Amino acid sequence: MKDKTKMNDMSVPRSRRSDDGLGPNSDIGAKLRAFYGAVQDQPIPDKFLDLLEKLDQVEQASKRKGG
Amino acid sequence: MQESPSFKRELLATLPSLRAFAVSLSGRHDRADDLVQDTMMKAWAKQDSYQMGTNIKAWLFTILRNEFYSQMRKRGREVQDTDGAFTERMSVHPSQYGVLDMADFKKALDTLPPDQREAIILIGASGFSYEEAADICKCAVGTMKSRVSRARTRLQDVLKISGEADFGPDAVSAQVTTNTP
Repeated sequence: MKDKTKMNDMSVPRSRRSDDGLGPNSDIGAKLRAFYGAVQDQPIPDKFLDLLEKLDQVEQASKRKGG
Repeated sequence: MQESPSFKRELLATLPSLRAFAVSLSGRHDRADDLVQDTMMKAWAKQDSYQMGTNIKAWLFTILRNEFYSQMRKRGREVQDTDGAFTERMSVHPSQYGVLDMADFKKALDTLPPDQREAIILIGASGFSYEEAADICKCAVGTMKSRVSRARTRLQDVLKISGEADFGPDAVSAQVTTNTP
């Protein structure tokens, strides 16, 4: 249910799903989204945030130098 | 000049689902996180080739997927073993039917061939359309559809949730006959 809301946010286009057996009433579909959601809902690890900051800093520094 | 902050923000916003995709592909959290880091660096380096406002999620998923397969090739690794593991798992019957938890599901997912696994994840969990998923996996839309369909069927088999298999000895004998070569 919570997952479903999220999926809708992705603006999934939607002629489909009627025939792929992965819709809201499907066990497999629900399991898939629960499995995926369990990882997706975890907080972003600090190492990723650090990496992003580093990448950004390096770029800013090179921009300043290069003008 | 404006590009960098906003690219960074979009990348950040996509990280949770990118990570979920990585775990689904690799089946392991440690490897998945390495994969995400590599993807972030690759994406950052080639951000000029990304057009702001277009689907950054699909773009990042494509990079991650490419990275995953190129690392698999480099490892020259257990890909071969997948078949063996699959056969072995298929011959082990779960002691109880209808009881599903996350661990069971993950195991079932791991028994899928990689192309089917990524297909059903992209369509069933990541929220991509068949067209987008086909684009990410560089295959035809029809191929994507058939992979998803086969993946679903196989998951239902492995998890024994295809309705009638939930009950009684008939389900057991049905399994035995089905699995006998």
